[in-house]
Amino acid sequence: MAASREDVKFLSNPKIGLRHKKYCRFKKFGIKHIDYKDSDFLLQFINEQGKLLPRRITGNSLKYQRRVSSAVKRARHLGMLPFVADLMK
Amino acid sequence: MRHYEVTFIVDPVLSGDEVKSTAEQIQREITAAGATIVAVDEIGLRQLAYQINRRSSGVYYCIEFACLSSEWLIKFELGLKRNDRLLRFLTVKLDKYGIKYNDDKRNGLIGKKKREAAAAAAAPPPVQEVPAPQVVDLDAV
Repeated sequence: MAASREDVKFLSNPKIGLRHKKYCRFKKFGIKHIDYKDSDFLLQFINEQGKLLPRRITGNSLKYQRRVSSAVKRARHLGMLPFVADLMK
Repeated sequence: MRHYEVTFIVDPVLSGDEVKSTAEQIQREITAAGATIVAVDEIGLRQLAYQINRRSSGVYYCIEFACLSSEWLIKFELGLKRNDRLLRFLTVKLDKYGIKYNDDKRNGLIGKKKREAAAAAAAPPPVQEVPAPQVVDLDAV
């Protein structure tokens, strides 16, 4: 007899499988300016190869994704972030 | 007043005095053109993420200044480009949010650790006197 989902829910964590609503962290916390000199903050938006993460992964709105993108490109120009990397995180 | 921010990287092989004199020379250029310097941030020696001109580190400086007219900026940037002691430079115009962000950063209002330190300094956690446990000698009973 296969266990139905309702049965499984009470045997393990009932919150398993719930998708967290993705939100834009800039809109939510009212952050208006993204500093290109803050490379530790910008690390959140690039992957291990140093590439920019897509908006559907980070949850940013279009306006702030564009600002993040230009901040990362400025940081790359100034040598604070690499253009290509390996095992960045 | 238009606010701008110029970040530049000075060659690290120069001696400390030469690095400082390069930064001061650029500051003098800015004030000579009639701009008021809001802040000079010496970020210092930092590792570069990739080699620039076969150097792997550089001394970073960030100067924020305000000016009324901005025609001199083009010549200023040309001067930076011709300067042999600079590796890279970037001039950015700051909007009102950028100005406010820089102000807050200078006053220490940005950053979780700084806020926690401020909160801890303001209200030190109450020290509770824990009574020392009474030593009962069971053998004597």
